[in-house]
Amino acid sequence: SCDFYVSPARRSSGFRATTIMAVEFDGGVVIGADSRTTTGAYIANRVTDKLTPIHDRIFCCRSGSAADTQAIADAVSYQLGFHSIELDEPPLVQTAANLFKQMCYRYREELMAGIIVAGWDKRRGGQVYTVPMGGMLVRQPVSVGGSGSSYIYGFIDSKYKSGMTKEECLRFTADALALAMERDGSSGGVVRLAAITESGLERSVILGNQLPTFFSA
Amino acid sequence: MALSHVFESPVPGFNFENSTRNLLLEDALGEGKSNAPKPLKTGTTIAGVVCKDGVVLGADTRATSSEVVADKMCAKIHYIAPNIYCCGAGTAADTEKTTELLSSNLTIFSMNSGRNPRVVMAANILQNMLFRYHGAIGANLILGGVDCTGSHIYRVGPYGSMDKVPYLAMGSGDLAAMGVLEDRFKPRMEQEEAKTLVRDAIRAGIMSDLGSGNNIDICVITSKGVDYIRPYQESEYKDNRQKKYKYKPGTTPVLCEKVVRLELELVHETVQKMETS
Repeated sequence: SCDFYVSPARRSSGFRATTIMAVEFDGGVVIGADSRTTTGAYIANRVTDKLTPIHDRIFCCRSGSAADTQAIADAVSYQLGFHSIELDEPPLVQTAANLFKQMCYRYREELMAGIIVAGWDKRRGGQVYTVPMGGMLVRQPVSVGGSGSSYIYGFIDSKYKSGMTKEECLRFTADALALAMERDGSSGGVVRLAAITESGLERSVILGNQLPTFFSA
Repeated sequence: MALSHVFESPVPGFNFENSTRNLLLEDALGEGKSNAPKPLKTGTTIAGVVCKDGVVLGADTRATSSEVVADKMCAKIHYIAPNIYCCGAGTAADTEKTTELLSSNLTIFSMNSGRNPRVVMAANILQNMLFRYHGAIGANLILGGVDCTGSHIYRVGPYGSMDKVPYLAMGSGDLAAMGVLEDRFKPRMEQEEAKTLVRDAIRAGIMSDLGSGNNIDICVITSKGVDYIRPYQESEYKDNRQKKYKYKPGTTPVLCEKVVRLELELVHETVQKMETS
């Protein structure tokens, strides 16, 4: 089947190079993403929402091929919903993350998807799991992904400290995404943020002209 | 299957992979027998805008087969449901058949459930189907309609990606059309203003793109009904065709006449009576 195999998604419409990020805090998680979807050099959608709900208190941040990640997110939210109904309990974030991992690992050659799963559950509170391309699964207190993430590893490493409050996490995420969007051509638009806690979900948007500014040469 | 993938960076512009394949096929067929079939591509400008009480979709009407205009009055706004229409760009056959299939399925669904289909449902069905075919179906679609939840426009890409946005342009003329839309779009526009905006966007595509041209179709969908205006604006470049090609006897002079009798021999004769009572 390799003769007419088209390199997946890289050349697809809606290939998304991105910056996505998630941070744990005591009581929940903060997730954030930029809003640019590109097809080659053309920005197909400048107001994309890459933060997708999987369940009431579980979200995923999508990077990679738009088609692939939308399809995976749909499949996982169905599986998780079914599982939750059977259990008669809200699902665990770890379960959601493992469902993503199983799908991304099994179809690793065909898919191009880098996903960060984040949410809150009763057992372990706020958790962030990263499932990069290839299908690895690992839990991290702070995780970044997408093409723009390369530019902010240093910022994350130097500025992250454990024990931040929700507002500090939101600030930290917005700053990191703004820096990445400044340097990465494939990331841009607006910053979409969400804070997930036991009591619920708070979504916000930081428009282009309201982004935090830094030194620019 | 263990493939060692070396991902190449996406090349912008045209993809000529099939041309190399066609060359190989032509060589295999032999000299002078190269008749590679040319797929009919629509080379299009399509656009859609959400306005105050509905949705306005627009399209040009040119269908090209390489450099020849195959159809000057091609219909690119396809019927999906009484309240949902779909503009298609890409390979003409793919957009036609995909939208027809979607329309049939939604009609069956309507009859089974007694509900009017929702735009998001149509978009999801399209997305699932196109994802399954991994981009082999070259259909770039703008789905627009009005249902009980409001007026919506969705873009569905050939690989199965879906975007929900308030205004949209697709096809080869999309850059030009998008420029007009970005400049003049406002949320909750009046219907007439939205029609003018979409017409101007398509016109920009027609003027700046060789693959788009001829007339402009507009489709306005509101909760009260659909107004499919075809054409909304005709191209100012019209050719004068006779359309009647009958000539008077004697137009072509007869130079000489030669009659040859055919010698026929009666070999066999049968008579069959018909029942005419």
